[in-house]
Amino acid sequence: MSGNPTGSKEQAQIRVQKQIQLPFSKAWQISLQGIRIRWMRSLITASGIFLGIAFFSSVRASGLFPVDTSSKEAIAAANRQTWLAVMALLVCFVGIMNAMLMSVTERFKEIGTMKCLGALDNFVVKLFFIEAALMGSLASTLGWFIGWLITVGIHVLTKGTADMGGAFWSGTLREVGLSIVIGVTITLLAAVPPARRAAQMPPVAALRSEV
Amino acid sequence: MAAHEYVVRTKGLVKIYQMGEEILRALNGVDLDIKRGEYISIMGPSGSGKSTLFNAIGGLDKPDEGSVFINDVDMAQLDARELAYLRCHTIGYIFQSYNLIPVMTALENVTLPTIFAGTPTDQGIERGIELLNIVGLGHRLHHRPTQLSGGQQQRVAIARSLANNPAIILADEPTGNLDLKTGEEIIELLRELNREQGVTIITATHDYKMVNVSDRVVWIRDGKIAKIEDRANIDIQVGTMQGAEL
Ligand SMILES: Nc1ncnc2c1ncn2[C@@H]1O[C@H](COP(=O)(O)OP(=O)(O)OP(=O)(O)O)[C@@H](O)[C@H]1O
Ligand SMILES: [Mg+2]
Repeated sequence: MSGNPTGSKEQAQIRVQKQIQLPFSKAWQISLQGIRIRWMRSLITASGIFLGIAFFSSVRASGLFPVDTSSKEAIAAANRQTWLAVMALLVCFVGIMNAMLMSVTERFKEIGTMKCLGALDNFVVKLFFIEAALMGSLASTLGWFIGWLITVGIHVLTKGTADMGGAFWSGTLREVGLSIVIGVTITLLAAVPPARRAAQMPPVAALRSEV
Repeated sequence: MAAHEYVVRTKGLVKIYQMGEEILRALNGVDLDIKRGEYISIMGPSGSGKSTLFNAIGGLDKPDEGSVFINDVDMAQLDARELAYLRCHTIGYIFQSYNLIPVMTALENVTLPTIFAGTPTDQGIERGIELLNIVGLGHRLHHRPTQLSGGQQQRVAIARSLANNPAIILADEPTGNLDLKTGEEIIELLRELNREQGVTIITATHDYKMVNVSDRVVWIRDGKIAKIEDRANIDIQVGTMQGAEL
């Protein structure tokens, strides 16, 4: 190994190559596994999104039925509810961000170790965004459904199915899309600070002995 | 004679930690040349700077002054992607607290560095199984870290450190969390890997058992090298080592 004193092979060693960028599929696999095994933590984060979207969706679902536009009170009530739903989403945003920041702190050592093994910063960022997107889409789909079911269920029990015409179903379709887009967007936005924090963490964090 | 005889060289390494008013020179001018294939133990009292030196050599932390050369490449000259390449391919790390990825099985942990290196999946798995067999864990491939004992976890970590055939293995107190017997087994394993695979091993340690297997022992104190002993001297002194003053 140290026998060959000169030669081109050793000259070539003097340059260090650049680490390769991993394909998306690898990050996807590793994220998915992380969520699966750490499902309690994922559940806590996801439940924030779920609750926020469920509330939003239940408020929006009441708008699917014809409103008595002559009643000022009915309109004011609808406005108040929309405002509440937006507040709920804001709270949900802060909650998810907090949960994800905590999960970064919990994983300091793990992330540092991955960097010691050759992970690039943007790979770590990818892990967090994939995780956020997966949790966001699952939780908001479920949240939409539960919120919708509650509002529509109550309506059907009290007023029957007379209002559920074509406009109702096409409105429902629109609300599914809206809930999921809003849910995923909120989750991805909330993942920005945690992902940045994880990426900036030096590999030496892997050595800190505290859990 | 070739410069490549040395796999690691440090020149005038200084690392300063500032805690408020107080300035601490955790490394205070360390010059160390390590030959390819050597088994080096870095010993010294707690707080003497062993881990700090380890981090600087491993490219985990930047020194404030001086340089580290790995295979004659100055680490300070490397960009983030080149450093990542070095960490992935040239250096293998072993930690006191094992640092396995908790959500992954033993095999997945060992395979992870090969994924970062871009090795095809089946080749990586083959390599992982081979290495876990070498460290005696061929029957624990699909156990997760929490399902393994400390000694077994450290074996997995050793297998992982070898995944991409590194030239250097850096081990910071690899036996620090293990009982006497398990610690001895780990040391024996490291020595075997050093002999059979020719990998250079650098360990920071409190463990006097390490002294017996080392080619050289570097004693460090207050961020400086106090003395370097060769194997020949060590054998004679090993009886008195415990009581020996630095
Ligand atoms: N992040 C840090 N901030 C401030 N001081 C630090 C930091 N890391 C290490 N030090 C100080 O630098 C000195 C050397 O620490 P180092 O961890 O290298 O010691 P060590 O020889 O590895 O000790 P041990 O055997 O206990 O692991 C110590 O005095 C320590 O307090
Ligand atoms: Mg230490």
